[in-house]
Amino acid sequence: MWLALGSAVAAEIPLPERKSGYEFMSRETKAMQDDEVTGPAVLTLLDGEALWGKLGCQGCHKDAAASMKGVAARYPAMVGGKLTTLEQQVRHRNPELRYESRELLALTAFVAKQSRGMPIEASGSKPNVEAGRAFFHQRQGQLNLACASCHDDNWGKKLGGTPIPQAHPTGYPIYRLEWQGVGSFTRRLRNCLTGMRAELLPHGAPELVDLEAYLMWRARGMKMEAPAVRP
Amino acid sequence: MARVVVNVPAEAKKGEVIEIRTLAGHPMETGFRRTQLGELIPRDIIRSLVCTYNGVEIFRAELHPAIAANPLLTFTTVATESGTLEFRWTGDNGFSVTEKASIKVV
Repeated sequence: MWLALGSAVAAEIPLPERKSGYEFMSRETKAMQDDEVTGPAVLTLLDGEALWGKLGCQGCHKDAAASMKGVAARYPAMVGGKLTTLEQQVRHRNPELRYESRELLALTAFVAKQSRGMPIEASGSKPNVEAGRAFFHQRQGQLNLACASCHDDNWGKKLGGTPIPQAHPTGYPIYRLEWQGVGSFTRRLRNCLTGMRAELLPHGAPELVDLEAYLMWRARGMKMEAPAVRP
Repeated sequence: MARVVVNVPAEAKKGEVIEIRTLAGHPMETGFRRTQLGELIPRDIIRSLVCTYNGVEIFRAELHPAIAANPLLTFTTVATESGTLEFRWTGDNGFSVTEKASIKVV
């Protein structure tokens, strides 16, 4: 523990050295993500497309391919003076959609898909991004780890046999093989908090929204690949 | 809502080997997992996939626990004649879905 405490504050990854989690995956998992016809996330996308019409999104937003293009690449964004994640914005007219529900994930994935291949443009306000940065570098939990301990300092190495990625949120919601299904970015963040044995923050917690804003800023310019497949 | 996707080439030459991909949305619950309260989650899996080509069975698969959720099954056949491929998934709790795809053989 004392050794860990002694290590220097993490340096951010230089822009040209950034890599999507895709780069760390096996050939087989990459093939699953690249398969646009029978990839595992296709089922969720079809559900999302159906819900787009059924829940009345289409009434205002018309064709998602046009109206939602690039939207996911800008979130979390300021909506009415409050930093809002894509998930929170997707349920603005349907608050009965629960976080992590099949419907909300399907709609979010469908919206996010319209931004595939577009560069991430972080649009969170500066105080939010700075708060997220502070959270990312804050040691916490029983293992006394910060997010940066793994994702800035030790990316590319292995943890429990699996490669440590750089934590760029390029493809959320993701189909995660470990989950056997689709999950949100918040679920992934909570996953790491559990692993660090830190306080498990609820869905929609301002700390997690700030962290998401910082991570999107950190991944600015990288290409969207939602819904991605991850191991 | 059971969703399935099949991918069959729309057109093929006679005698050509074609690849057929099938994806079925299903949780494939093994029956070995327990809830946080220790109760066994009952098994809920797809038991079989049968594919017929103009009424003739060309492929059959039996599925078992420990096959991943949303199983993707890929197989090949020889394009013999134009017609319809029919896919039928059956499983626990009365799960039954059929899907058709047509192929033109030239």
